[in-house]
Amino acid sequence: MSILEVKNLSFSYPDKKILEDVSFEVEEGDFVCIVGTNGTGKSTLLKLILNILKPDSGEIKIKNIPSKQFDKYEEIAYVSQKATGFNKSFPATVREVVSAGLYSKTGMFHFNRAKDKKAVERAIERVGLTEYADKMIGKLSGGQQQRVFVAKALVNDPDMIFLDEPTVGIDIKAVDSICCLLGELNTAGITVIMVTHDISSVLYHSNKVLMLSEDGKANMTDSKTFNSETVMSHLHHNHNKEG
Amino acid sequence: MDILSYDFMQRALIVAVLISIITPLIGNIIVLKRLSSVGDALSHSGLAGVAIGLFLGANPIISAVIFSIIAALAIEGIRRSFSAYSEIATAVVLSFGVGIAAVFSGKVPNAANFNTFLFGSIVSISEFEMYVAAVLSIVVIITILILYRELFYITFDEEGAALSGVPVKTVNFIFTILTAIVVSVAARTVGSLVISSLMIIPVACSMIISKSYFTNTILSVVFAFIFTISGLFVSVVYDLKPGGTIVLIGIAVLIILIPFRRK
Ligand SMILES: Nc1ncnc2c1ncn2[C@@H]1O[C@H](COP(=O)(O)OP(=O)(O)O)[C@@H](O)[C@H]1O
Ligand SMILES: [Mg+2]
Repeated sequence: MSILEVKNLSFSYPDKKILEDVSFEVEEGDFVCIVGTNGTGKSTLLKLILNILKPDSGEIKIKNIPSKQFDKYEEIAYVSQKATGFNKSFPATVREVVSAGLYSKTGMFHFNRAKDKKAVERAIERVGLTEYADKMIGKLSGGQQQRVFVAKALVNDPDMIFLDEPTVGIDIKAVDSICCLLGELNTAGITVIMVTHDISSVLYHSNKVLMLSEDGKANMTDSKTFNSETVMSHLHHNHNKEG
Repeated sequence: MDILSYDFMQRALIVAVLISIITPLIGNIIVLKRLSSVGDALSHSGLAGVAIGLFLGANPIISAVIFSIIAALAIEGIRRSFSAYSEIATAVVLSFGVGIAAVFSGKVPNAANFNTFLFGSIVSISEFEMYVAAVLSIVVIITILILYRELFYITFDEEGAALSGVPVKTVNFIFTILTAIVVSVAARTVGSLVISSLMIIPVACSMIISKSYFTNTILSVVFAFIFTISGLFVSVVYDLKPGGTIVLIGIAVLIILIPFRRK
């Protein structure tokens, strides 16, 4: 079943055309990597899907519901590109940050109950940070911080997760472990849609690649048919690690 | 010591305890949002309200609350129409408050009374003002408790909070009103000129040693409580201005704590 459907989507900022007539479909259980050079509109595309921005024309359906009417935000999760840009001296523990993720499910006037606390512990465990639950988030490494945001996204048991460049600015080992984590989540049934520059995750974990180009077009291919040479000609990044 | 047997001292203590609870609750969020200048602008606008209240013969604390709220709305309004200039919005409102306070302070019937609002005074709290302070403080505490999760989320990550369905604009608006109330309530006892210090110093102390948002909130109240009560007694015993004494004690503790900064 198609869990996300984008049809003839166009979008411009006042001074710049970003997407033109973009169409693609994501099936339940897919692991999609969105690639393209800087500024081609990858983050913008996620924001359009999540209804943070309004399309000029075209149609977006999440679980068969037009995105404008979609309101079950506890079923989909989003880790924004700016997630790790928080104030590093902010006194908050991993557990406190992950608990904030409960809000999209519980809403206002809610007192966290035993089952909410359990969901938080489980999400922290899922990303392998149980022993860091009481640590301040600003003291963790970049890779661990990114895992905290993944845990925050997982706390409501979503069936779809969007990530915007979760591997930027962290070391190669941490990149691998985040990608493996996402691979595991995908195997467990969560649809993963990730903007990335990291070619190895495209090769090892994703089954589909959506390539955005500078003229505003998008092209979805199978990861298998997507060879690294095509990637190199489109990305001016040198992250080619498979040699 | 039997200074507690004086009525004015009992009133001062009750109001001081209330202030030491509500000021850091607001101060925490102001510091973490890096909005310290808003506290300054609102307290100076409160001072304008005090001057006008005294000039018109109205209760100065109530007119301070009204003026600070108007100032808070003005800051929000200017910020919304010129989003790139939020710094200027705060500065303009602060200057406007100082201007009005300065102009009317020359016209108030009792200049000494106005001066107590600059640096604080403990002898001048009337019974009515004590009740006003109590009611407003309870409103502030309950609202902060109800909005604890929302305020944490917005302070940590405003965009993420909005996406999770936190009514960010409404909560921010309520928070600004609360700030206006707090600076007005605290004006009488600690003085308008030192309120923003009282918002910030206990938080600075607690941030040095606390390891979570929750403990940071609790500890900042504990610090504010210690500073306020000890400052009040020292100021009575040595006949000093309470606001300045409270702040200087706080700064002394902050300096002592700095070497213990958490790694
Ligand atoms: N709010 C905005 N207003 C105007 N232009 C924007 C805005 N956000 C992004 N842009 C521009 O749109 C283009 C696409 O941005 P973005 O989607 O962030 O690209 P990517 O994530 O692919 O690097 C960039 O050229 C960027 O400068
Ligand atoms: Mg981007």
